[in-house]
Amino acid sequence: MIEPMEFPSVLSVDNLSVWRGERCLCRELNFRVVTGEALQVQGHNGAGKTTLIRVLTGLGRADEGEVRWRGEPLRRNDAEYRASLAYLGHSNGVKLGLSPRENLAAASALLATPIANNVDATLERVGLRAHADMPCGMLSMGQRRRTALARLLLAHVHLWFLDEPLASLDMAGVTLLTEMLKAHLSGGGIAVFATHQLLDLAPFPVKNVVLGTSA
Amino acid sequence: MKLTALIERDLRLAYRRRGELATPVIFFVIVTALFPLALNPEPTLLRSLAPGVIWVAALLAVLIGQDSLFKTDYEDGSLELMLLSPLSLEWIVLLRVFTHWLATGLPLVMLSSLMALLLDYPMHAVGVLVMSLLLGTPVLSFLGAVGAALTVGLRRGGMLLPILVLPLTVPVLIFGAAAAGRAAVGEPAAAPLYFLGAMLVLALTLAPFAITAGLRISLES
Repeated sequence: MIEPMEFPSVLSVDNLSVWRGERCLCRELNFRVVTGEALQVQGHNGAGKTTLIRVLTGLGRADEGEVRWRGEPLRRNDAEYRASLAYLGHSNGVKLGLSPRENLAAASALLATPIANNVDATLERVGLRAHADMPCGMLSMGQRRRTALARLLLAHVHLWFLDEPLASLDMAGVTLLTEMLKAHLSGGGIAVFATHQLLDLAPFPVKNVVLGTSA
Repeated sequence: MKLTALIERDLRLAYRRRGELATPVIFFVIVTALFPLALNPEPTLLRSLAPGVIWVAALLAVLIGQDSLFKTDYEDGSLELMLLSPLSLEWIVLLRVFTHWLATGLPLVMLSSLMALLLDYPMHAVGVLVMSLLLGTPVLSFLGAVGAALTVGLRRGGMLLPILVLPLTVPVLIFGAAAAGRAAVGEPAAAPLYFLGAMLVLALTLAPFAITAGLRISLES
C-alpha cells in the first residue's frame, strides 16, 4: 500500500519530558517504533495520554527531549512531517452541518497528496454508504466516529495517531478498526494509539508505553 | 483546486447556519436604527452623524461576528485537522476569513446603503460610503480574526475579543468615517479611501501570519 522508503520509517522519542503546569506527565521517556509496529499508550484517566499524542503529532510541545521521525528531530511547523501523519483526536473533526461525503471531500482538500481511495469505497468500508448524504448532526455518535475513521483511509500516510479510537464504536466498529489497523501495519505503516482496552493486532507487534506510574 | 474545495466547504457550512451568521447583520441594522430614536430625529443632525453611526455600528457588528470564526472548528476538532494539514495554514486561514467575510461582512456592506437612507445620508455619496465599508470591513475581519485566534481556547473569549481588538481598529474607523463624511459634504474622499486600501493590503499580507501564530499558541496547551 505504501511505497517503499529510502529511509527506514522510524518514530522515536529521546528523553522526552512533558509537563502540564506543575505536574510532570512523563519524564525522560524513550521509545522507538518502526514500520509495521504499533505503540499503545496506556495510563489512567488524566495520565497524559492525549498530551503525549499531541506532542508526537507536533500540535503540542515537549518541555525537554525530542521527537524524531526517520532520525530527524521535528522542526516547528514541519509540513513534511504533517504530510506523513493522520490524526484522530477526542473530537472527531467532523462538521455536523455536512454529510459524511462532504466531510470527506473537505478532509481530502486538506491533504498534500491526491486521495488514494475513492470516497464511495471508503464510506462503504466504514459502513456509512447508506448514510453518506445525511448531515452528520443527524447521525449517532458511533456513525460520526466512523466518518472520522473514514478520513484515515483517504490517503496513505505512514503514521496514524489515534486518541481513544474506540470511543462510541460498537462491536462491529471495534472489529473494523482492528482490521484497519492491521491493514495499515501490513502496508508498512506505524500506529500510535491510546486505548484502555487491549487491541488484538496479532501478528503485528504492539509496544507499550505506560504513563503516570512515576507520579 | 484544493483551496476552492475549502472555500466551497466554508460557504456551504455558512449557508446551512445562515441564521446564526445573520446575527451580526441584524445587530448592525438595529443599532443604526436606534440612533434616530434616541437622538432628535432632525434630518440635518442625522445627516451629520450618519457616517460615524454607520461606521461604528459596522465595526461592532463585524467584531461580534468574528467570535464564531474558529469557535465551532475548535469545538468539533476541525481546527486540529487544519493545523495538521501539510497545506500552508496561512492560506487556509486567509480563505477562512475571506469566506466568513463574504457571509457576514458583505451583507452588512450591502445593507449599509439602506441604513444611509434611514439616516438621511445624501444619496450622491452612498457610493463612497459603500466603497469605504467594502475596503474597511475586511480589514476589521482580519483584525478580529487575530483576536479570535488568540481567544479561541478560552471559555469566555467572546467578551475579551472586542477589548483586545477595538484599539487596533481605530485607524480603520477614522479613515472610513472620514471618507464617508467628506463625500457627504461634497469634498474629495480619495485620500481616506486610498488609506483604507493600503490597510487592506497590509491586513491581507500580515494578518494570516498573526492568525496562524495565534491558533498555534491556542492549541498548544
